[in-house]
Amino acid sequence: MATFKDFRNDVKPNWCPGCGDFSVQAAIQRASANIGLDPENLALISGIGCSGRISGYIRSYGFHGTHGRVLPIAQGVKMANRDLTVIASGGDGDGFAIGMGHTIHAMRRNIDITYIVMDNQVYGLTKGQTSPRSGEGFKTKSTPEGAVEPAVDIMELALSSGATFVAQGFSSDLKELIALIEAGIRHDGFSFINVFSPCVTYNKVNSYDWFKQNLFKLSDVPDYQPDDRRQAMQLLMDHGSLVSGLIYHDTERPSYQNVVKGYAKTPLAHSDLTMDADRFAELTKAFQ
Amino acid sequence: MNGQISWKVGGQQGEGIESTGEIFALTLNRQGYYLYGYRHFSSRIKGGHTHNKIRIATKPVRAISEELDILVAFDQETIDLNAHELHKDGIVLADAKFKPSLPSQSNARLLSVPFSQIAKDLGSPVMKNMVAIGASSALVGMNPAVFNDVVAEIFERKGKQVIQRNVLAIEEGAAFVIMELSQHAPFILPPSDRKQRLFMIGNDALSLGFLAGGCRFMAAYPITPASEIMEYMINELPDYGGAVIQTEDEMAAATMAIGANYAGVRAVTASAGPGLSLMMESIGLSGMTETPLVIVDTQRGGPSTGLPTKQEQSDLFAMIYGTHGEIPKIVMAPSTVQEAFHDAIEALNLAEEYQVPVIILSDLQLSLGKQTIDELDYKHINIRRGKILHEAPEVTAGDKSYFDRYRVTGDGISERILPGLKDGIYHVTGVEHDATGKPSEKAGNRKEQMDKRLRKLNNLPQTFHEPIHAVTPFPDPDIVLIGFNSTRGPIQEAMDMLKASGVKVNCAQIRLLEPFPAQEMQRLLQHARVVLTVEHNATGQLANLIKMNVGCHDKIKSLLQYDGTPFYPKQVYQFAKELL
Repeated sequence: MATFKDFRNDVKPNWCPGCGDFSVQAAIQRASANIGLDPENLALISGIGCSGRISGYIRSYGFHGTHGRVLPIAQGVKMANRDLTVIASGGDGDGFAIGMGHTIHAMRRNIDITYIVMDNQVYGLTKGQTSPRSGEGFKTKSTPEGAVEPAVDIMELALSSGATFVAQGFSSDLKELIALIEAGIRHDGFSFINVFSPCVTYNKVNSYDWFKQNLFKLSDVPDYQPDDRRQAMQLLMDHGSLVSGLIYHDTERPSYQNVVKGYAKTPLAHSDLTMDADRFAELTKAFQ
Repeated sequence: MNGQISWKVGGQQGEGIESTGEIFALTLNRQGYYLYGYRHFSSRIKGGHTHNKIRIATKPVRAISEELDILVAFDQETIDLNAHELHKDGIVLADAKFKPSLPSQSNARLLSVPFSQIAKDLGSPVMKNMVAIGASSALVGMNPAVFNDVVAEIFERKGKQVIQRNVLAIEEGAAFVIMELSQHAPFILPPSDRKQRLFMIGNDALSLGFLAGGCRFMAAYPITPASEIMEYMINELPDYGGAVIQTEDEMAAATMAIGANYAGVRAVTASAGPGLSLMMESIGLSGMTETPLVIVDTQRGGPSTGLPTKQEQSDLFAMIYGTHGEIPKIVMAPSTVQEAFHDAIEALNLAEEYQVPVIILSDLQLSLGKQTIDELDYKHINIRRGKILHEAPEVTAGDKSYFDRYRVTGDGISERILPGLKDGIYHVTGVEHDATGKPSEKAGNRKEQMDKRLRKLNNLPQTFHEPIHAVTPFPDPDIVLIGFNSTRGPIQEAMDMLKASGVKVNCAQIRLLEPFPAQEMQRLLQHARVVLTVEHNATGQLANLIKMNVGCHDKIKSLLQYDGTPFYPKQVYQFAKELL
C-alpha cells in the first residue's frame, strides 16, 4: 500500500518559507495515503496563483489549469472517470473572485470531488493586492486607503448554495486538516474545505497568531452535529464564520453521478466507442 | 421555375408558423422531393414577424430561391413584407379573417381563404395552420391525404379524435381552394422518385457525427443557433452511458470538456460567437497542454450580441487567430449537411491524433436550414485515437517517477497516457513546461517545446481528407467563385448560370481554414482571371486570408453581405457577370 512518501516528488515548492500552503500539501499527501489511495488514482486539479502550483508538488496525476477554472476542469475529469479520486485546489482569488460563478454551481451540482481552497485573504503571486476575502480596511497596493468592500462570507455562501459537505481548516492544525480532507474525499458528493493558509509576506493582519486567537474550534464542542443546516448557519453567524471543523455534512443527498439518467456505472473513459450499422440506421431513420 | 416550387408561410412568432412549415415540408420530403428551408425569426418567444421559406424540387437544392410561387399569410404584415418576392403568377393564400389586401404594385393573385373560420367550425381555431396546409396542397395539385401520416404521428398522443379533426381541416382547406380556383392547380410539381431520404439541419448532422464518432460527454451553455446540438446529445447520450452538463457559462463548458478529454473521454462543446469569445482562454489551455478539444462555432451576426438569429460568417479570423500566444489549432468548415456529419467525426479523430483544439466552423444557415439529403454514410465512421499508451514506458530522463508526457518528437506529437494508469504519472500545466509537464522557464526548453507544438500540424493540409472542395471544369477560368460553409448552394447554382451564359467558371468551398491549404489554393487561382470570394461579412475576411496565404491581391474581389440574410444564387451570378 502506498504511504505519504509515494505522493512526494522531487520538486521544491516556490512558496515563501512559512507559507501556509506547505501544510495543505502535507495534509493532502497524508490524507490520501491514510485512506488507501495509490498516486495513480488521484487526479489533483489546481488553479492559478501561489497555491495553484500545488498540483506540481504532489506526486499524482496533476492538471494546473487556467485562472478560476479549476472546478469545471475537475468536474470534467470526474465525469470522464468516476473511479479517480479528484481533488480540486486553488486560492481564494481563484475560487471566490474570477472563479466564483463556477464555485457556486459546483456546490449545487454536487459532483463527487473535493475542493480545497488555500485562503490567505490576499493576492500573493501578483505581489499584494486585495482579495474578495480581505477584511474591510485591509490595506494593499490596490487598496491603499483600506478595502471598502466587505469580505465575501464563503462559508455561509457554501451553505446557501447547497454544498453537501462544508468544512474549514487551518494550516497550523495539521491533524484536523488531514481528518477533514479524508472525510471530504470519502463524502460522495461535492466537498468544500476552506483552509486558512496564512500568507507570511503580504498579509500581516491575518497571521498564524491572529487565527490562533480568533478561530473557534468545533472540536471544543463535543456534541456538535453537522447534519443540521440551520444550526450550521447559526454557528457561522455567531462566530463570523471563523470556525474550524466539519460544519455541515448532508449524507442523504446523492451525488450528481448517481442521479443523472443513463450515466455509466463504470468509467466513461473505458467505454466502447464503436457504433454498429443497425444502431446507426435507427438513428438516421428518425430524420425521415 | 422549372420543376420547382418556392413556398413561404408567414405570421407572428408563436402562432404555429414553425409547425405549419414543418408538417408541409416533412410530408413533401416523404413524397420523395428535395427540400431546402430558410427560417426568418427573431430573438423573442412570441410576436414579431416570422416566416419559413421552403424550396421544393426533384433534385438536390442547397439555396433558397429569390422568387416565390406561394405565400401563405396569417397576417397583413406577412403580405406587406413578402409580396414583392412573388412573381406575376404567384398566389397569396391569406386568412380571410384579417381582410387581406395586396400592395398596389403587386401583380400576384390573392386567394382569401377562411383559415380561422374553417378551423373554428371544426372545433378549434388553432387548426388554421392545417387548413392552410390543405389549401397549399390544392395549389400544387397534391392529394391532401398525403399529409395524414405526418398528422397522425404529430398528434399521436392527443388521440384519434384530434387526428381526425386535423385531417378534416386539411381536407376542407384543399376543398375550398379547389372550388375557388375552378381550374386545375396552377403549380404542378413533377413526379418525384418517391425515395425515402433524410430531412435535417446541419446541427442534427453534427450531433449524429459526434455520437457516431464516440463522443460521450458534452458540456454546453444554451445559445442560438447552437442549442440543438446540446439538446440532441441530452436525448441520446444516456443510451451510451454518456452525459451532458448544461454549465453556468461557456468558460465552464470548454474547460469541463478539456477535463473530460484529459481523462480520456471524447468530449465536445458547441456555441456561437459570444460563447466562443468566452472560450478563448480555454482554447489556449487546450493548445498549450496538448489536450484534445472539439468546439463547434455556429456563426451568427456579430459583433457583441449582434444579430442573434441571422446569418453571418464574421467569426473566421477570431477562430483562426483567437487566444493569446501561439498554438497549433485546426479550423474546419463543412459546407453541406453531409460534410457536417463527416467533419464532426473527423474533428474528434484529429483532436486526439494531433492533441490540439479543433474548431468546427458552421454558420446559421447551415446549422438551422432544414434540407433533404440523400444519406449519411456509415462508412465515414471511424475512430482513430492517436498516440495513447496503455502501458507506461520506462522513463528515460529527469525525475524517474514521472512519465515524459511532452517528450520532444520528430512530428511534434508525444505519447499520451490517460490518468489512472500505474507508473504513468505526469503533470499538465498551462505554464510553459518540460517533458514531464513540470513548469520550466528555461530558454532552451521553451524554444524546444514551442517548436514541438507548432510543428504538429505541418503536414495537415496535405493529409486532410478534402481541404478544398473544388469544381474545376476549366483549366483557365474567367472567374473562380470561392466560399465556405452554407454559401456552397448559391455559389454552385451561380456557377451553373454563369456556365450557361458562356463564362468559364470554377468554384471552390474551403473546408480547412487553419492550417490553410495554401498550395492547393495557389493551384486553383494561378490561371484564373478573376477570383471572387462570396462571404457573409463586411470586411472580406476570406479574401484577406487568401491574400495573406497565397497573394493574388490584384485579382481577388469580394461579394459581401452582412444584412443578416443568406445569398440568393442570382445575386452571385449578377455580381460575377458585372465583374467580367
